[in-house]
Amino acid sequence: MTEKNTVLGSVVAGSVEHGVDVRLDTQTSVEDMVVGRYVTIEGKKQRFFGMITDISLGVTDDSITASPPSASDQFIAEVLDGTATYGALHVLPLKTISPAGVVDEAQTVKTIPSHFAKVSLSSEHDVELIFGKEDEQRFFIGNPLDMEMKLCLDLETFVKRSNGVFGKSGTGKTFLTRILLIGMLQKSKAVNLIFDMHNEYGWEGTSESGGRKVKALKQLFPEKVAVFTLDEENSRRRGVSTDFTVKIGYEEIDPEDIALLRETLNLTEAATEAVYQLRRRFGKEWIQKALDLADSDDTKELLADMNIHESTFQNLRRGLATIRRLPFITSRAPVDAVKTMLEYLDRGINVVLEFGRFRDITAYVLVANMLARRIYQRYQEKTEFAMAGNVATPTPLVITIEEAHKFLNPEVAPRTIFGTIAREMRKYNVTLLVIDQRPSAIDEEVMSQLGTKVTCLLDNERDIDSVLAGVSGKNELKIVLSRLAPKQQALIFGHAVPMPVPIKVRDWGSKESYAEFDRTRGRAPAQAKKDIEDLWK
Amino acid sequence: MNENKIAEVIQSSTASFIAECYELYEIPSFGSLVKTSVDSNEIFGVVALAGTGGIEPGRRPVARGKEEKTADAVYQTSPQLLKLLRSEFTAVVVGYSNNGKIYQYLPPQPAHIHGFVYSCTPEEVKQFAASFGFINLLTNTGQAGNSDEMIATVLREMSRVQDNPHDFLVGAGKALASLLGGDYQRLRNIIGRITL
Repeated sequence: MTEKNTVLGSVVAGSVEHGVDVRLDTQTSVEDMVVGRYVTIEGKKQRFFGMITDISLGVTDDSITASPPSASDQFIAEVLDGTATYGALHVLPLKTISPAGVVDEAQTVKTIPSHFAKVSLSSEHDVELIFGKEDEQRFFIGNPLDMEMKLCLDLETFVKRSNGVFGKSGTGKTFLTRILLIGMLQKSKAVNLIFDMHNEYGWEGTSESGGRKVKALKQLFPEKVAVFTLDEENSRRRGVSTDFTVKIGYEEIDPEDIALLRETLNLTEAATEAVYQLRRRFGKEWIQKALDLADSDDTKELLADMNIHESTFQNLRRGLATIRRLPFITSRAPVDAVKTMLEYLDRGINVVLEFGRFRDITAYVLVANMLARRIYQRYQEKTEFAMAGNVATPTPLVITIEEAHKFLNPEVAPRTIFGTIAREMRKYNVTLLVIDQRPSAIDEEVMSQLGTKVTCLLDNERDIDSVLAGVSGKNELKIVLSRLAPKQQALIFGHAVPMPVPIKVRDWGSKESYAEFDRTRGRAPAQAKKDIEDLWK
Repeated sequence: MNENKIAEVIQSSTASFIAECYELYEIPSFGSLVKTSVDSNEIFGVVALAGTGGIEPGRRPVARGKEEKTADAVYQTSPQLLKLLRSEFTAVVVGYSNNGKIYQYLPPQPAHIHGFVYSCTPEEVKQFAASFGFINLLTNTGQAGNSDEMIATVLREMSRVQDNPHDFLVGAGKALASLLGGDYQRLRNIIGRITL
């Protein structure tokens, strides 16, 4: 828009708690205003930076609403416009800028502008002042609504805490996550471990509109990404070059993993308890041994000895048999998958674990939890080791999980490793990137620990409430959130951004967009162009 | 003699003055802008109430036209009537000018008796109507009943000399709307009357 810094109106009322009311000037059309846009308010001593959170129509005399002028009478409507009837904005002040141009670092604003302070649309300069320019740490993630400028996210800060990407199905969570992952790859020192349930992040994914193929991490950054797969055949069929095929041995499965699967495997409470008994009895190979138990008197005696009821045991066996049917589970894994994965991660190579055909939740929960738990243990050891001696701490690790509520719902969150990571956070240099469409199903405690939340459109009241819980200006942001476009728009708030910001996510999937990513990667443009063309051959 | 000179002040106060027209029935039209001078100030007024009656307050004119064909013929057969009757009007003061600068509020001194009253030229009307401060004076004249009518007529009259009458009326309407924000019915009444 060209109307840079045009005065829109002036402040007429407000409070710190609820934000300020702005009456629009006659020449400003209420229809030009959009919820989520930034405005700058010129206070007497400082400038305020705020977001339009609501737009309303006002009248000076209530009888206007009772007997409005007839539709044919344009003249009276024209006269009343901006005088007896007017547009009003509700603005939530988010930041203050001192006259010297210094942005107050505090997350909340502690005062409000005085009466009749002039309100204008924020210039790109103002927005840049607050969010910073694209640089070594900051990654261009999208444009603020209705603005051309680039909005950058400080990824170094971002990866220091666990984060969440939310939005109902089909709103572009996957696209957004892909962009965030690429950003982390380029601009942060962290390595990523991605549990890729739908095979979208490793090699290539499809765009929902038109079903065209879009490139993912490995195609763009072959030297920095390794694709692990659970289903080699499927990966080969899709033409993905994989680096490692993950096989999991029975002995790697712990009772905690089974406890987590209680719901999906339809196990009774007693059955999950029995698992621990069996583990104690049989040691590492407990699954194999439990499944091998024949229907004999000896078995009955053994079970009686362990205080396990016959029906409980049958229930458990059925569950374990489901696990055994998963093709990537073998009695003895040839290579230790966790060890290999850690080797890659240690070398700074990002790992994407594809699930191939095994998209059912049992496989996903089992594998993700098991691997993550062991990796986390190693990280914990390494960090503690580093604390003891003067050894470097391990590279920060970000674990990306989809369908996060399966791991983080209030029932299982205290037991899964992801719950632990989310709660204990960065102590051991491991954080989460949680992707989910039902944030309300995630444990409140975990939600409150997420540093930065990126949320696409949500329309379920409970989901919105759980995402916005504890944010200042919650009610106002709620309006912004529910008005996001169903695609390619998101609201970011929390630790990594100085203030909540609704954005239009940057383009992804076109030739130009790849070139753009390459440019930010610091390669010579000619080389980048050639690479891109090679990719498209 | 200035051809715009039309009347003479015969009674005066700060907020209004009454002027007698030099010619019977030659009253400036309702709502038009007139002016009179006091020292270095020119006082502007708009024509509000006007009327014609006998010069002696206690004596009413009598009907004379029974034998005449037309009403004009009455005046021809009784020429003394032109001297026994007089036309006068009340002008509501809407501002004054000093050294060419126009102030749209009440003048420091009221008009002088026998001060000459001139009707304003289109150019003067345009100059005066460049801002809408006078509307406030009009809404507060206290001439209940026809003050709304007068405001509407004044604005209509003024719009005739504007380059863009529509914009002028919208502007004036907005000024009125902010004055009468709490009285939508009155506002609507006036605005309904200024539509071209």
